[in-house]
Amino acid sequence: MSVLNVEDLRVTYTTKGGDVPAVRGVSFSIDRGEVLGLAGESGCGKSTIAGAILRLHSPGTKIEGTLELEGEDILALTPGRLRAVRWTGASIIFQGALHALNPVQKIGDQIEEAIQVHGMATQKEAAVRAGALLEQVGLPPRRKDDYPHELSGGQKQRVMIAMALACSPTLVIADEPTTALDVMVQAQVLTLLRSLQHDLGLAMLFITHDLSVLVDVSDRLAIMYAGKIVEEGKASEVFHAPQHPYTAALAAAFPEIGDARFRHKPTGLGGDPPDPQQIPSGCPFHPRCDRAIDACKTVVPELWDAGSDRRAACVHVAGAPSLESVIS
Amino acid sequence: MGTAKYLLGKLGQLFITLILVLSLAFLLFRVWQPGDPVATWAKASGAKLNAEQLDQIRHEWGLDVPLPRQYVSYMGQMLTFNFGTSTILNPQESVSSMFWSRMAKSAILIVTSTFAAIAIGVLLGIYGGWKRQGKVDQASMSSSMILYAMPEFVLGMIFILIFAATLHWFPVSLYESPIPKTGLSHWTDVINHMALPWLTLTLAYVGEFYLVMRSSLLDVLGEEYIALARAKGVREKYVLRKHAVPNALLPTITLVALSFGFILSGVITVELVFSYPGVGKLSVDALRQRDFAVLQATFVISVIAVLLANFIADLTYAYLDPRVRRA
Amino acid sequence: MKTEPAITAPEVQAPVLPPTKLTPRQLRRARHRRTLGRFWQQFRQSKMGMIGLAILIFYAGVAIFSIFANKGALDPTITTNGPRLAGPSLHYPLGTQIDGISVLSLTIEGARISLFVGLSAALISMLLGTLIGMWAGYKSSVHDAILMRITDVFLVLPWLALAIVLAAMFGQNFWIIIIIIGLTSWAGTARLVRAQVLSVKERTYIERSRALGASDAHVVLKHITPNLMPIIFANTILTIAIAILSESQLSFLGLGDPNAKSWGTLIEEAFNHGALTLHAWWWLMAPSISIVLVVLGFTMVGFAMDEIVNPRIRER
Repeated sequence: MSVLNVEDLRVTYTTKGGDVPAVRGVSFSIDRGEVLGLAGESGCGKSTIAGAILRLHSPGTKIEGTLELEGEDILALTPGRLRAVRWTGASIIFQGALHALNPVQKIGDQIEEAIQVHGMATQKEAAVRAGALLEQVGLPPRRKDDYPHELSGGQKQRVMIAMALACSPTLVIADEPTTALDVMVQAQVLTLLRSLQHDLGLAMLFITHDLSVLVDVSDRLAIMYAGKIVEEGKASEVFHAPQHPYTAALAAAFPEIGDARFRHKPTGLGGDPPDPQQIPSGCPFHPRCDRAIDACKTVVPELWDAGSDRRAACVHVAGAPSLESVIS
Repeated sequence: MGTAKYLLGKLGQLFITLILVLSLAFLLFRVWQPGDPVATWAKASGAKLNAEQLDQIRHEWGLDVPLPRQYVSYMGQMLTFNFGTSTILNPQESVSSMFWSRMAKSAILIVTSTFAAIAIGVLLGIYGGWKRQGKVDQASMSSSMILYAMPEFVLGMIFILIFAATLHWFPVSLYESPIPKTGLSHWTDVINHMALPWLTLTLAYVGEFYLVMRSSLLDVLGEEYIALARAKGVREKYVLRKHAVPNALLPTITLVALSFGFILSGVITVELVFSYPGVGKLSVDALRQRDFAVLQATFVISVIAVLLANFIADLTYAYLDPRVRRA
Repeated sequence: MKTEPAITAPEVQAPVLPPTKLTPRQLRRARHRRTLGRFWQQFRQSKMGMIGLAILIFYAGVAIFSIFANKGALDPTITTNGPRLAGPSLHYPLGTQIDGISVLSLTIEGARISLFVGLSAALISMLLGTLIGMWAGYKSSVHDAILMRITDVFLVLPWLALAIVLAAMFGQNFWIIIIIIGLTSWAGTARLVRAQVLSVKERTYIERSRALGASDAHVVLKHITPNLMPIIFANTILTIAIAILSESQLSFLGLGDPNAKSWGTLIEEAFNHGALTLHAWWWLMAPSISIVLVVLGFTMVGFAMDEIVNPRIRER
């Protein structure tokens, strides 16, 4: 039973300089208790997806496609029902706990707000639950009377996690939850997230650009490039045996000691991700790809079979149709 | 604890600033001042004094000691509001007594209009920033810019032309009618006279406060905790009330405090236009006659007033920002 | 992803190098031209900016016109048989004042004076503020603390109270007024520049430059200043607006130069001759509306520039 079902999601920002297609047809689903990792460079559209699930974008943004949370069509919700579903159906842990907490409000109050907005408890009960949530993330309950500036970066991120769990959601979206943290703190927060997800049986969408983090945390992995998914499959398989050249490059940027692949020099990837308003023809990755062939300039790849429980959008994969039939 | 430290710090800064300003005043009014204040005063008061008597007065006024000693006693005098005798305007009167009667009149005008301007400006600014580019916002933006571009005395004159000289709704000038009234009718008379100057001062600065609050709110609305509040399912008006506004008020207070100096400058020309018998009008009269004793008092008092207003703003800021209260 | 400091200046962009037959100086000039071109493109899109610019060009024209023409109507030796305090008519489009002189001529003359005083005073204010702000921001904390205390004093001071005293002491000369306004309005610029310098100072390329042994002067001139120019320029435009308002206040109090009558002085004369009660509104309104229009012009251009130059505002 899938908690989140996304089909052909397209998100386009409207700006003074024209339309910006940030997400250009993304499909995936997450089952109960499953963790899907979503990876890619900045600007590939992954954070846009996070905002789209709870319809947090500004009114001018165009969202099309199918977006279903526990069977409910998110895009068709009335404002009242949308407010009710927010946080109880799915909650978000934002990146940069630097500015994600209201500086002039006690953290306990901010957690209680989530509970009380949905009428789930009285004031006293909410206060008790806030304390319990803080304990669950490893903070003493008395800290709920503290203000955000009195907490360290790691502690603030724990508060974010506690807040995200306040209404017992089915899905938790973690949008770069560890990016702004020191490495040691990162490890602590990741361990915490993993154990909570496991204990509470949460479905999780874990978004980050750091592939090495995702391998440990996710069950499945989806790699995004230029607004589309270019590879997906089981997490460890995708990381250790990438089928798409971009995945390979991304994985190579986070070398693991002991892995034979990285024995020699670390490799990077030249060039920059494409401007969403100027996406290259054919395969959007072809200008930076070291395995590009002529056909890549014209053929727009789809997610073809690339092994068991694996799909990748590249002409080189096993399941890609023969080139003569695709070039029109 | 943090609050006490913060306020003591601000008080200390206030004191240092005060000393610096008074030192500047010393330079201006003792060291660089052209002419001989004693001779000027003697001439204006009509007293015929010979050189010996003039020297005697100079000694009384403390002007014949070396500068460093003068500096110390000068500081003492200023801090105790001992401004000496008016040299030209009212040679018989001490400057202090000239002041206190007018201070109250100016104070009522300034305090009430500043409060009104802040209240209206902030409320409109919140609404305008929230419903950005809405009708209220656009109308307020344009009127704010026009009001900002208008010198306050021009605004005052326009009001006189329209409401006093033409429509005769309000008197043209002064604080009260030439034939003094008593009791309640005295107060309504005063309010009647104060209406246009008050309106002028309020409108002159409301635009600025509007723009500042609006800008501050727009900044805050882009912060992540606002998106988080919405994601939690909080209704828009509570997002505004509990998350956006409390944070947006903080930089607004700071910027509003910076405009107190301009407000006091504006009061001078407004009182002139309406012949309102306050401290501003007094300083203009002193200016015309080059009565430096009175000018000195105006200078020192207006600086102290602005410093006090800034301190009140600091107090308010400390109350609203927990990062200051609990450093 | 909010990691930027309170105010940021855009980075000077690396040029796309054309084939190198050009000297470094020519390359630099080409780059400047390109940046200006881009800036103008964005400015053109701002309705507010363009209207403001139109107003300013109009009044600049009036001021220039007043240098070459307009003398005849003001010459006091020509006895005017013209009407005194007459309302606007075909012959006198803006009416006449108490001596029969055409208000239009006086207003045109006033344009030159007001604009000149405003621009000069703003220039002094900008130079002072930038120097002090840069010194405070770049140098050690002791310099910074002292300079900032002094800046705070001038920021808090009711400038007119100080200006009145200075004018009473040093005279009502045209140039003295300019200096007085310049000396009392630099604090805002200083604060802004200091904040900018502090944020730019932390950037890595500054560190690199110093590691290579660059002197302070080099770092300031070649790296810090170019980054600050756009914001300083936008701020200066707004300073001009304030300077013109300040000059009008001083003149209205009677401190203007009697030989160079600015708009403020015209209003003062009108007011003191009882124009209000005599309903001679044209005498008051012509210079008043001119002040409002010119200040609006500078403000609109300044705001439009600020929007382009200050990325924080742009995102909204």
